[in-house]
Amino acid sequence: MSIEIKTAKIEPIRNTYAHIVRRFGDKPASRYQEATYDVAANTNFHYKPLWDQEHDLNDPSRTAIAMEDWYAFKDPRQFYYGTYVQNRASMQEKAEGNFSFFEKRRLGDALPDVVRDRCITFMLPLRHVEQAANLNNMYCSSNANFCTALSQAAIFEGMDRLGTAQYYSRVGLALDGNTGSSLIAAKEDWMNNPAWQGVRAYCEKTLTVKDWFETFIAQNLVFDTLANDLYFRQFDAWLTENGGQDIVMLTDFMQVRATETQRWADSIIKTAAKESEANADHIRSWISSWRIHAQAALEPLATAMLSETALPEAFAALEKRLTKIGVGE
Amino acid sequence: MEAKKLNVKEKYRLLTRDLDWEFSYEDRKEAFPYEEFEGIKITDWSKWEDPFRLTMDAYWKYQAEKEKKLYAIYDAFAQNNGHLNVSDARYVNALKIFLTAISPAEYAAHNGFAFTGRQLGGIGARIAAQMQSIDELRHIQTQIHAMSHYNKHFEGFDEFSHMHDRVWYLSVPKSFFDDARSSGPFEYIVAISFAFEYVLTNLLFVPFMSGAAYNGDMATVTFGFSAQSDEARHMTLGLEIIKFLLEQHEDNVPIVQKWIDKWLWRGYRLLSVVAMMMDYMLPQKFMSWKEAWELYFEDAGGALFRDLERYGIKMPACAELIAKEKDHLSHQTWWTFYTFGHAAAFHTWTPSAEEMDWLSEKYPDSFDKWYRPRFEMAAELAEKGERFYSEGLPQLCQTCQIPMFYTECGDDRPDDTCYRSTHYQGERFHFCSDHCKDIFEDEPEKYVHAWLPVHQIFQGNCGGADLADVMKYYKLNDGAVNADYMGSSDEQRWKALKGIA
Repeated sequence: MSIEIKTAKIEPIRNTYAHIVRRFGDKPASRYQEATYDVAANTNFHYKPLWDQEHDLNDPSRTAIAMEDWYAFKDPRQFYYGTYVQNRASMQEKAEGNFSFFEKRRLGDALPDVVRDRCITFMLPLRHVEQAANLNNMYCSSNANFCTALSQAAIFEGMDRLGTAQYYSRVGLALDGNTGSSLIAAKEDWMNNPAWQGVRAYCEKTLTVKDWFETFIAQNLVFDTLANDLYFRQFDAWLTENGGQDIVMLTDFMQVRATETQRWADSIIKTAAKESEANADHIRSWISSWRIHAQAALEPLATAMLSETALPEAFAALEKRLTKIGVGE
Repeated sequence: MEAKKLNVKEKYRLLTRDLDWEFSYEDRKEAFPYEEFEGIKITDWSKWEDPFRLTMDAYWKYQAEKEKKLYAIYDAFAQNNGHLNVSDARYVNALKIFLTAISPAEYAAHNGFAFTGRQLGGIGARIAAQMQSIDELRHIQTQIHAMSHYNKHFEGFDEFSHMHDRVWYLSVPKSFFDDARSSGPFEYIVAISFAFEYVLTNLLFVPFMSGAAYNGDMATVTFGFSAQSDEARHMTLGLEIIKFLLEQHEDNVPIVQKWIDKWLWRGYRLLSVVAMMMDYMLPQKFMSWKEAWELYFEDAGGALFRDLERYGIKMPACAELIAKEKDHLSHQTWWTFYTFGHAAAFHTWTPSAEEMDWLSEKYPDSFDKWYRPRFEMAAELAEKGERFYSEGLPQLCQTCQIPMFYTECGDDRPDDTCYRSTHYQGERFHFCSDHCKDIFEDEPEKYVHAWLPVHQIFQGNCGGADLADVMKYYKLNDGAVNADYMGSSDEQRWKALKGIA
């Protein structure tokens, strides 16, 4: 026996919006589909942007990448606003728990000096790197405004990076007892420590790139893959070996998020490269020029923070990722 | 070591404001290239006062709680066929306007704020714009989901996105946002954050939500309540941007004044559709357009502009004309849509006898004299089976793109249509008012590019020369979506469901 509540059944005259029907047929649609597909305006724009008279307001030709259907870039996580914020809210709840445990148990007091110093010098300046990543993904969002699947996922990434910058800042506050002294010291490193200048130059350079898909490659593929390997694998291992494993609790959010978001970035690049040889060529050529910049940028940092073998190891991780998504050498 | 207690402002400074840095390796102007061309002078971004100090962790948490509650209501609404509880099926036509005209504008706002959130040089202002960008994405998506159930039971919703880019009257909201987005980042933020969000929200967003509350529309009103705290943040950003620009440099004052004048007028013209919605489309009315304008603009806006006087900002001159038009606006707009109802993606009708009495009471100086006779005649014709529709296509104003139906209210001649025109590069351009003409003349090179729907039809860019072709181009399903509510399939379904003969 099962419980059966009788409700009045009213036959709908259609199952979803017409543009969703044209793509997927007249059947009940998911909330991701209704929130995403063909929402962005794509024709009959009224005025030329005063800041870019060569293009329409929403214009796919702001990148060299060309697509028959830009909505091929669907998000494997199927994030629309509601699912995105709810997912991040549960992640932040866990992060909050980690931070309060760290603070309540005064785990910062027990850290060896060498761990504290290295975290301040080598980890905290990442808050500035993340700020550049925030801007770069906002750039992608505002330029990919003709395709909601892209504009929304890129702003989610942008806001994530701001959140990440804020979490790194909180690591600093957890280390310095909320005085902000660690953040001041880390900013000094960011601005003047030779180990950081290459990375800072790289970040500044990414902010001047015009083609937004190139920005995406420089930031979300080349730089992030290398930095994630350096920090979330290699520096993590160093922390664990040197009595700094409690710090890893504070960067758990960043690690989990980076792994998750990589799926999205991979799918974007894979889809674009698969579309045409021309796309794949653009992507390969951007990768090869940005990996040269990245080599120069990260070399002093990786060597000072870890060792001379650190960056080659990170490049091996990049190689692996590029092969996996079909844009290897 | 005992951790120091940080106050909110200091914490926000450390977590957010301090993230930016002075560039050493690239020219900062290459990274933020659009900061200067509008003539705005920023001497010190650090003077920016953050209007809300929300870090991302708190943002995710608050917004997720709101989303969870909102979608629980949407689910319940759909499961229990909540559309049956609205006051009358005529009400749903207000929602069709909302989804086709307003919701896509939320997406445009998401884009515009993503642009300003990338391009403004000051990190405080930038992050505030980014948060508004993602909020606006929330609004378009939650609106699409709120209307999703209505779309399954009524005509006129299903092609909202296609129509927004094409249908004649939808070029009014579209060109409004295109105008703002094609401006520089400072004009955009003054236009949308200040003129639109701060000054006019209570006359745009709120009337639709109040209409929903009065007419038993649980899905839309729940969205409204859920978005209220977002809107409050957007309003504080609007006020902060104005104060910041005015305090930064005295040369900014005339530029900002010009933008306020322009965008108050552009915004007000856009509200024509809200005025008619309030007075004619809501079966249960909550307030007349005239009352709303007096309460939210003349009283509240008056106080605001008195407050801004110390910066040298004056009440826009157009306010005088708007005050004179308030007795006429909704009637003229509804009459226009009524007579072009065969080409609109929602239903129109003549007000009932009781509704006309309500209009007489709310508009003692204008309704009986100018508008009642028209609607009574139209009702009589409809009764005889001779429902009146205008032949031909209306002339549109080059700036606001609304058919030129406004009259010489400023001159106390509300029965004479107002026509203005100007010459530019050997061509003549037409306007509905002095203010629209002024806006054009200030930037003619911009407004000549307007995609005017009627011109486009005549130029053969909308599927063909006759109405049937154009309707096809609009994907406006003739006989189902358009024309009078009486006899429509919406009406038939509603009556069958409610057991009304």
